[in-house]
Amino acid sequence: MSRLTKEITWYGRGGQGAFTASRILGAAAMLAGYQSLAFPSFGPERRGAPIRAFTKISDKSITDRSIPKKSDHILVLDDSLYDPALADGLKEGGSIFVNTAKEVPKPDGVMVITGDISRLAEEILGRPIVNIGIIGLLLGELPEIGIQNIFVSIREYMPSKTVDKNIRLLETILSQKK
Amino acid sequence: MIKARLTERKKIRRLSELPQGGSCTAGILIEKNAGWRNKRPEVDPEKCVGCHQCYLYCPDGVIVKAQKGIVIDYDFCKGCGICAKVCALKAITMEDER
Amino acid sequence: MSGKKFISGDEAFAQGVRLAKAQVISAYPITPQTIVVERLSEMVEEGELDSKFLHVESEHSALMAAMGAAATGARTFTATSSQGLLYMAECLTYVAGGRFPIVMMNANRATALPWSIYGDHRDSLSLLDHGWIQIYTENAQESLDMAIQAYAIAEQEEIRLPVMVNLDGFVLTHTYEAVDIPTQEQADAFLKPRETWDKLDFDKPVSMAYTVGPDLNEEYNLLHHKALLNVAKHIENIDVSFEKIFGRKYGGLINGYRTEDADLILITLGSISGLVRDVVDELREEGVKAGMIRIRFMRPFPAEELIRETAHASAVGVLEKDISFGFEGTVYSNVNSALSKSAHKISTYDFIGGIGGKNISKEDVRSCFAAMQKKESEEVRFIGLEVEDDI
Repeated sequence: MSRLTKEITWYGRGGQGAFTASRILGAAAMLAGYQSLAFPSFGPERRGAPIRAFTKISDKSITDRSIPKKSDHILVLDDSLYDPALADGLKEGGSIFVNTAKEVPKPDGVMVITGDISRLAEEILGRPIVNIGIIGLLLGELPEIGIQNIFVSIREYMPSKTVDKNIRLLETILSQKK
Repeated sequence: MIKARLTERKKIRRLSELPQGGSCTAGILIEKNAGWRNKRPEVDPEKCVGCHQCYLYCPDGVIVKAQKGIVIDYDFCKGCGICAKVCALKAITMEDER
Repeated sequence: MSGKKFISGDEAFAQGVRLAKAQVISAYPITPQTIVVERLSEMVEEGELDSKFLHVESEHSALMAAMGAAATGARTFTATSSQGLLYMAECLTYVAGGRFPIVMMNANRATALPWSIYGDHRDSLSLLDHGWIQIYTENAQESLDMAIQAYAIAEQEEIRLPVMVNLDGFVLTHTYEAVDIPTQEQADAFLKPRETWDKLDFDKPVSMAYTVGPDLNEEYNLLHHKALLNVAKHIENIDVSFEKIFGRKYGGLINGYRTEDADLILITLGSISGLVRDVVDELREEGVKAGMIRIRFMRPFPAEELIRETAHASAVGVLEKDISFGFEGTVYSNVNSALSKSAHKISTYDFIGGIGGKNISKEDVRSCFAAMQKKESEEVRFIGLEVEDDI
C-alpha cells in the first residue's frame, strides 16, 4: 500500500447522489486497504438545495473528522454550482472535475477536467444521475483505489437495480477517456 | 391470584438487606386495617349463589372467591357496604360491630 | 451481515443492538438519531432481528415502554437525542432508580434555544445526576462494540443499571467509515440472553416501582450510588472478555495517551479525541511534554484514574462541548473536583468549544496547550469564536 492522503469535496444538489458517491469512493478506498471517512455537509436536507459531501482517504488512521478547509480534488455534479472561485478551496496542485457539456472558465494554474456525464447517463441510466459516472473522471488522479474496488463497492452499497447500469456508465466513461 | 398476607415487618439494619434490584416480594401487609368499622358485612350462605359481584366491586380486595360462595377477610374490610349494596340477592347484610 | 463494512456510526450502533438481540425496541425518531431506529425497524421487518418494535408517540413514552418491557425481564433498547432526551428526563430517574438495565443510544446534539440540530454535549451532560451510566464513544467501531458491552455492564448482577451510550451527533452518527461487524456467534459467546430474578412473574409476584418513605429513601439512593460505582470494578473484566472474543479492547473508564511523563494534559470526550492525540504527537516532536486523556465514562466518574494519570502534570486542561451557564463547563467541574484530591497542586483550565456543532480545529487544540504552557489565567474561555468578545 502506497502513501496516500487525499481529501475530496463533492458539490451537488440534494437528490443528485453526491453523498452516495462520496461513500462509494470511501468504501472502495477501504477495500483497497486504506483508511477512509465519508460524510455529508450535515444539516437539514432538501431536494435541489446545494450540498457538499466529503471523502477522506489515507494510509494512516484519520483522526481529523472536520470538514477539510482545502481539498485535493473537487467534484462538481451540476455545472450551475461551478465557479472558478472553487479553486480557493483547493490544495496546491489540486484539481477540479466538472460534469458539463459547456466550456467553463478555468482559474489560472488549476487543472479543470470536464466531461458531459449527463448525456452518457441519460443514454445508459435513462436519467441524468451522474454521481457514480463522475468518479470515472477522478480515477486517473486516484489510481491507488482501482476500478475493481469501485465496482465491488457499487455492488455492495448501491440499490441492486442501479448497479449494472452504473458500472456500464463508468466503463463507458473510462473507455472514452483513453 | 395471590392474597396479601399479614407479615411482621423485618427491621432492616444493613444496606444488604434492602432489595438489591428493582423489585421486592409482593403481597406483604404489615398491619391490619380493622377495628374501626361501625358495621360489618355478613354473608348468608343460604342466599349466596356465588355470582361474585361483591368480589368484583370490593374496593379493598378483601372478598375472596371460595369453593362455594365467598369469604370476607375482616382484617382488612373497612365496612364500606358496597358489597351489600351490589348483592342482587341481598345475601350480604351490614351488621353492627359489637 | 458481518465482516468489514463501510457504514455510519448510527448504522454501526444498530448492528450492535442487533447482535445483542434486544427483544423490545421502542423509540421516537429525532435527528441525528433517526437512522439507528430506521435500521433496527428494517431488521425487524426483514426478520434479521427477532424483536418487538414499538412505535410510540413521544420520547417520554419510548422510555416508559422500554421500562415496562424491561420489567418483564426483556432486553430492551431505545435511542434519542437533545430535546428528545430532555423530554424523557423525568423517566430517566424512574429507570435508574428502578434498576432497569436498559441501553439507550443518545446522539449528542445541542439544546435549544437557539435551536440547532448540530452536535455538542449539553444534552447528556445536563443529565449526569439522573443515575445512569454514561459512556462517550470516539468512532463507529467503538460505538458498535459499546452497544454490545453496554448490555454486559447494565445486566451485571452487582450493577443492574441503565446505560446511556453517547455518540457525537453527525460527526459520529452520520460519518461513514470502515467497521468490523462481528458474527452472531461471537456476540452470543460474549453476551448470554438476559436472565433475571428481578422481574414481573405470575408465579412469583413482586412489587416494582414502589414508594419508600423518609426512613429508608436515602438508603436506597446510597445503594444506587454504590451500584454505579461498581462499574469501575467490572468494566476491565468485561473489556478483557470482550477482547478475547472480538480482538478489540478499550480499557477502563479513561484512555490516557502519552501521559506517563506528561507535564501538560488535555482532557476531552468523544470524537474530538483523535485530533487532540495528533496535536499531542506534534507537540512532543517540538519537545513539549504533552499528553491527553479521553474520558470514556462520565458516570461513574473516573476520579481515581484521573489522579493517577495526571501524576506528573503541572497543568491539566479540559476541552469540552458544554457550558453550565453561570459557572463553568460540567466536565471541568467534575475533573477539578477529582484533581483537588491529588497529592500535588495542578493548575486547571477550562476550554469550551464545539458548541452547537462549531468546528474544533487543530489550531484551536494547539491554543489550549499554548494557554497552559504560558500559564495564562485560569478563567473559563470559549475557543474558536468567530467574532470578537467585546462584552
